[in-house]
Amino acid sequence: MADKMEKLFVKGNEAIAMGALAAGCRCFFGYPITPQNDIPEFMSKHLVEAGGEFVQAESEVAAANMLLGAGACGVRAMTSSSSPGMSLKQEAISYMAGSEIPAVIVNMNRGGPGLGDIGPSQGDYFQSTRGGGHGDYRLLVLAPSSAQEAYDMTYDAFDLAFGSKNPVLILGDAIIGQMKEPIVPRAPKVVDPEEGGDWRLIGASKSGAGKREHRIIKSLFLMDGELAGQNMKLQAKYDAWKKLVDFETFEVKDADLVVVAYGSIGRIAKNAVRALRAKGKKVGLFRPKTLYPFPEKALEKLAKEGKRFLTIEHNLGQMVEDVRLSVRKYADSDLFCVYPGNMPSPDDFEAPILRALGRK
Amino acid sequence: MKRYIDVIMAGFGGQGVLLIGNLLAYAGMREKLNVTYIPVYGVEMRGGTANCTVVLSEEEIGSPIINAPKSLIIMNRPSLDKFQPKLADGGIQIINASLVDPELVEKGGRIRTVLVPANELADQVGNARAVNTVMLGAYVAATGMVKLETVEGCLSSVMPAKIVPLNIAALRAGAEHALKQLADAPVSVAMKNAAKKIAVKKPAAKKK
Repeated sequence: MADKMEKLFVKGNEAIAMGALAAGCRCFFGYPITPQNDIPEFMSKHLVEAGGEFVQAESEVAAANMLLGAGACGVRAMTSSSSPGMSLKQEAISYMAGSEIPAVIVNMNRGGPGLGDIGPSQGDYFQSTRGGGHGDYRLLVLAPSSAQEAYDMTYDAFDLAFGSKNPVLILGDAIIGQMKEPIVPRAPKVVDPEEGGDWRLIGASKSGAGKREHRIIKSLFLMDGELAGQNMKLQAKYDAWKKLVDFETFEVKDADLVVVAYGSIGRIAKNAVRALRAKGKKVGLFRPKTLYPFPEKALEKLAKEGKRFLTIEHNLGQMVEDVRLSVRKYADSDLFCVYPGNMPSPDDFEAPILRALGRK
Repeated sequence: MKRYIDVIMAGFGGQGVLLIGNLLAYAGMREKLNVTYIPVYGVEMRGGTANCTVVLSEEEIGSPIINAPKSLIIMNRPSLDKFQPKLADGGIQIINASLVDPELVEKGGRIRTVLVPANELADQVGNARAVNTVMLGAYVAATGMVKLETVEGCLSSVMPAKIVPLNIAALRAGAEHALKQLADAPVSVAMKNAAKKIAVKKPAAKKK
């Protein structure tokens, strides 16, 4: 007998595009770059067939500004890129955050700095979680570790973006984007045509029944106290996100050492943890699914219980700073880095985990 | 022991390794296994090499990338040079003996090898391009990780219906060759035991 619902066997990139379509995405703006090209490829066919708009822009800068424009009109829109392209998009992202425009942005992280390579990397953790562009702002950052999570997180990202009038970032990498896995799709969302009705810019008549106060969406605040007020408002929004914190734990209950890893490295580390558990080693895994807000309270609680930590990342040590800040009252975190340019493998993780477990 | 296998399939671009990688993954899905498939990640060009990694497991799969695979499908000489040394101890490799000199196969019993004259077998079933499915047929028979019928049932997911019958014949030709070779070969006891173990693994009647 076949499955109740036939699973689809798709790349993480395709899962993201499918999740966006099912979430009611109406516009896609992009510029090609490996390893995320399957996203625009999918959208150029299926989004258009669904009656949406697909634009291959002349540059990443243009694509990001088109996204800003679509978002200001209250339209569910997205862009996707990879590391060097993301750097180019940062100006518009800062403007979107500053003027509270919802959007979904995907970064399939590749090796850097500069043009780097086209392989997987987690080198954009800082850029993703600290804002990325200029000014004090944050993005809601979701980090999938499977094709299913890539689908589900994108599916949810549009609601989150419109709910908080802020860009939401999906941070994957070349592994998550290129790996094929089965996914179970969800029912397409019915988007309220009045979504954003109290702020979006879709034109209004100057007189008659449709007349209303004119609206301005902007990130420039020059009046006395105006910008401070806007920043306080933004900060309150970021604080409210704390309830959205999400993470996975595996075998942490009686663990002496907790491995902290996200995304593709999170799932690979889980392999190593499972193998070490089979050998009787008291190790566990903590995998943040939201990178901002970071699950600091959950980590602090584990630290208070006396656990020790090892952060494993596919970069030179970025998330480890957040882990250390989270556990600082009670513990520290060791660090094991896979250098961007090298491929991670579970065989490589067992030794460093054992070393960290052995240190007192 | 939970069912688990990983395989790297490698050959020239155009030999269809990515297609049989997908095909095996579909078969795994249909047998209710967890599966991952990842194509080679590099700057590839036409006429270059192509490879993919497939993992089939009863348990949740961690890494889709494998450094020391438990099995290999080797379609050409450069793939042998690159991956044979990485094959895990006790691993099995299916080699296209039409294009790879059997003399290059590692001796000494660290690994097991099934040699398949895949180009000739593909010609015999009627299309030289079916080399890839001949090789997958041999692989599936030699490892027993999924049933051949399951693979046959998944062909239509990865290719047009009109070439499915040809590829069923190709899968079977490869499988027959592999089983015959495993049965005939003057093999070591260790290898026979390994083959037996695989045969025991086979029951897909396994219920969860």
